[in-house]
Amino acid sequence: MALVAVGESIWSCGVDPAGRRYHRSVTETMTATTIATPADSTTALAASSSAEAPLIHARGLRKCFGAFTAVDGVDFDVAPGEAFGFLGPNGAGKTSTMRMIGTVSPVTAGTLTVFGLDPAREGARIRARLGVVPQADTLDNELSVLENLLIYGRYFDLSWSESRRRAKELLEFVQLTERSNDKVEPLSGGMKRRLVIARSLINEPSLLLLDEPTTGLDPQARHLVWDRLYRLKQRGVTLCITTHYMDEAEQLCDRLVVMDRAKIVAEGSPRQLIDRYVTREVLELRFRRTEDEADDSAHIGNKLEGLADRVEQLPDRVLVYTADGEAAAAAAYERGLRPASILVRRASLEDVFLSLTGRSLVE
Amino acid sequence: MAVVSRASVRILEHDLLVFRRGWFNYLLAGLSQPFLYLVAMGIGLGLYVNRSGNLPGGVPYLDYIAPALLVTQAMMAAAFESAWPIMSKIEWDKTYHAALNTPIGALDLLLGDLMWIAFRTTLLSVLFLLVVLALGAASSPLVVLAVPVAVLTALAFAAPIMAFTATQTGDGGFNALFRFGITPLFLFSGTFFPIEKLPLFLQPVAWITPLYHGVAAARELSLGRVEPVGLAVHLAFLVAAIGVGVAAGRVTFRRRLVV
Repeated sequence: MALVAVGESIWSCGVDPAGRRYHRSVTETMTATTIATPADSTTALAASSSAEAPLIHARGLRKCFGAFTAVDGVDFDVAPGEAFGFLGPNGAGKTSTMRMIGTVSPVTAGTLTVFGLDPAREGARIRARLGVVPQADTLDNELSVLENLLIYGRYFDLSWSESRRRAKELLEFVQLTERSNDKVEPLSGGMKRRLVIARSLINEPSLLLLDEPTTGLDPQARHLVWDRLYRLKQRGVTLCITTHYMDEAEQLCDRLVVMDRAKIVAEGSPRQLIDRYVTREVLELRFRRTEDEADDSAHIGNKLEGLADRVEQLPDRVLVYTADGEAAAAAAYERGLRPASILVRRASLEDVFLSLTGRSLVE
Repeated sequence: MAVVSRASVRILEHDLLVFRRGWFNYLLAGLSQPFLYLVAMGIGLGLYVNRSGNLPGGVPYLDYIAPALLVTQAMMAAAFESAWPIMSKIEWDKTYHAALNTPIGALDLLLGDLMWIAFRTTLLSVLFLLVVLALGAASSPLVVLAVPVAVLTALAFAAPIMAFTATQTGDGGFNALFRFGITPLFLFSGTFFPIEKLPLFLQPVAWITPLYHGVAAARELSLGRVEPVGLAVHLAFLVAAIGVGVAAGRVTFRRRLVV
């Protein structure tokens, strides 16, 4: 029984309660800053009807760099108001896809429209309505925090006074008002990231592209970023996010595609993907390895035979996919297995990825 | 110029916003540099040159080199500005990439920063001109036109160097560019002595470099010895160099930034 308690406590400090907390904080703070987006509540409602044309539409989308294929014929649609994710390891083709959507990378082949427009011919018009949070911060170290936003507003053809008004609102939104006149360089990674998010909102975009928005941030900074993104989503901003963190995808995305080696290997909501590709629970067993690893694996494999839907042997642990992890753990013990540690947890997108590719997601 | 888009003016605004922080020191340096150069070379070295009885153009050495230094200073500043700072915007700080996520395009970046270099070299050249006038080193009021000539010369270097910068991944190439390109040009393009004194085979080399034409035009204006056809050729050459540079930069910027 103690085993399950451990599993649950890990679970409880993970995804679900945090998610609930967001729901609460959003309703509390909807009054804060009003960032008028084209997608107000009425259009957000309309967005949920399937009649609305997708904001992003891709069919057979390809990107090649010379002989290297970064994106190999992917299909997806992003509907207005949804939070859509690209989940996959480094090099899966997520960033290349985002750059094509952002019209800063020409499409090699296939169809891509953004806001119903062709990126090749109407790039500037698309970018005028887009917010982009790139993977690298690309902040201007020669300018102050406020000036970074001011000039960015000018790039979108806002007047200086309008740009200043929005910049101040956005600094409030990302909690950087006190740092307005500071240089960018000494800001922490989390602050820089928030500043980049503020910058991406200066043109009041209806579609926000976020390329690994929290990579390299500490847990507090990640949660603050997630919180701000969640608020934007509540206001009807469509989010398009790449990540290689499954907890991030589970937190933020209504729907996502799993990318691996330039292709989309699965698509659905986080819950659907977990239901489709893995079991409800996962039992993790760690063993003290002896000299002969192959022999060990075979031995463990034999013992677990027929005990679960599927067994995945990783270098450091064995994953047992089962509806009832506790029962599986007891059965394994009965069969004479003596693991060094046992953990029962709910299945996550990490498991989806593992079951789809047989490899760990963060490599 | 029809090529000056509203988007490229935004890039100029960015550079002016940065400039707001350092303008005073910049202007101070812009005054002291020409003063030091002209006193050391024009007056100091000129003392000996003037005694030789073999003066280039038959004018005091200070008068001879003042318009040339005005142009070379603008050229040097432009060469620098189109190398390291541009590399930073492309590769180190990546601020170009941030701008490209807005309606601004790759060509706007190139044109905007060229305008910035034009602005900066105009300031420098006006300050230089003030020092020249203060030292009485110009013999014709046409010398004020040496300022636009200097700016044209600056752009004739800036445009192709920016195009080159966009092909580089680090600043290694710049050392070679300055060592084997900019510095020899500074010394041998008719700045300190007529190119007729160069070995015969080098004279055509000097002639095809934009700096020679900028220096020659500025000198004609400063000394009040304008030959309309010659001046037109010099200016046409500078404009052509800018055109070639922008055309090349249009390709290299796009290739580098939109991939």
